[in-house]
Amino acid sequence: MAGIATVVVGTAWDIVTHCQVPRFVYNDLPLGNPLGNPWDIVMQSQTMDRALSILVDAKTPTAEAMQHRFSSDDRWKMTYMAVTDENREELRERGEENRRQRLADKADGLKRE
Amino acid sequence: MNYISYIERTKAFYAAQGFDVPYQWSQHDDVPFSPMSKRLSDARIGIVTTAYRDQTTPMMARQAEAVPTEDAPTNFLNEDLSWDKETTHMADRRSYFPLEYLKVGVKNGLIGSLSTRFYFAPTQYSQRLTIEQDAPAIVRFAQEDALDGVVLVPI
Repeated sequence: MAGIATVVVGTAWDIVTHCQVPRFVYNDLPLGNPLGNPWDIVMQSQTMDRALSILVDAKTPTAEAMQHRFSSDDRWKMTYMAVTDENREELRERGEENRRQRLADKADGLKRE
Repeated sequence: MNYISYIERTKAFYAAQGFDVPYQWSQHDDVPFSPMSKRLSDARIGIVTTAYRDQTTPMMARQAEAVPTEDAPTNFLNEDLSWDKETTHMADRRSYFPLEYLKVGVKNGLIGSLSTRFYFAPTQYSQRLTIEQDAPAIVRFAQEDALDGVVLVPI
């Protein structure tokens, strides 16, 4: 059976290229808005135009970066998942809570096998 | 290109939470490439999303689903997914779920048709569950719906 053509549109260049996929359109935007900035229909449409064009035209594995930007500077890139002296204790506590929650979910039979 | 290294960020972030073994991100040396078998104007296109419809099912229990497109919520409830909540918001569905775009494409004749269902792919920690259960389920859904092309939009 012939396979189905696919294209991934995403914002994590390193994760997707590490994984490797047949076609990838990358946006250098925050996680959460892979297609374009919120309410920016032009940007979102440009991303999808590119994705469909690669879906149809690519003959070999392809990864392409759009030129879109989230804002005029890149300061937003500093904060996501940052570990700082200010949040180190909070992160340690979050880890403890996360482990407790996982055990509780598992005990409740919520874990998939 | 000045992209964020999420693999390195994740490693440091979870180490700070006391998780000693870094996550091994999925990697595939053999990536099958399927060319499009039809022109776009004749093709049926589907959407795969990691956005979920509700938060009553805990993340770790979620499984791949095919959902009638008409039941797609105006706003998915994405609070428990990992995204940059400090920088942006997900109040505009079109920024991560291209339903309106594809509908316009069908109306204009650019795209043959849109699948009557969209597909949910859970963001599972376990790659085994993704590879052995969720991915095959989504392939089955895509075959049932006779899709020619799929746009996967992970959050």
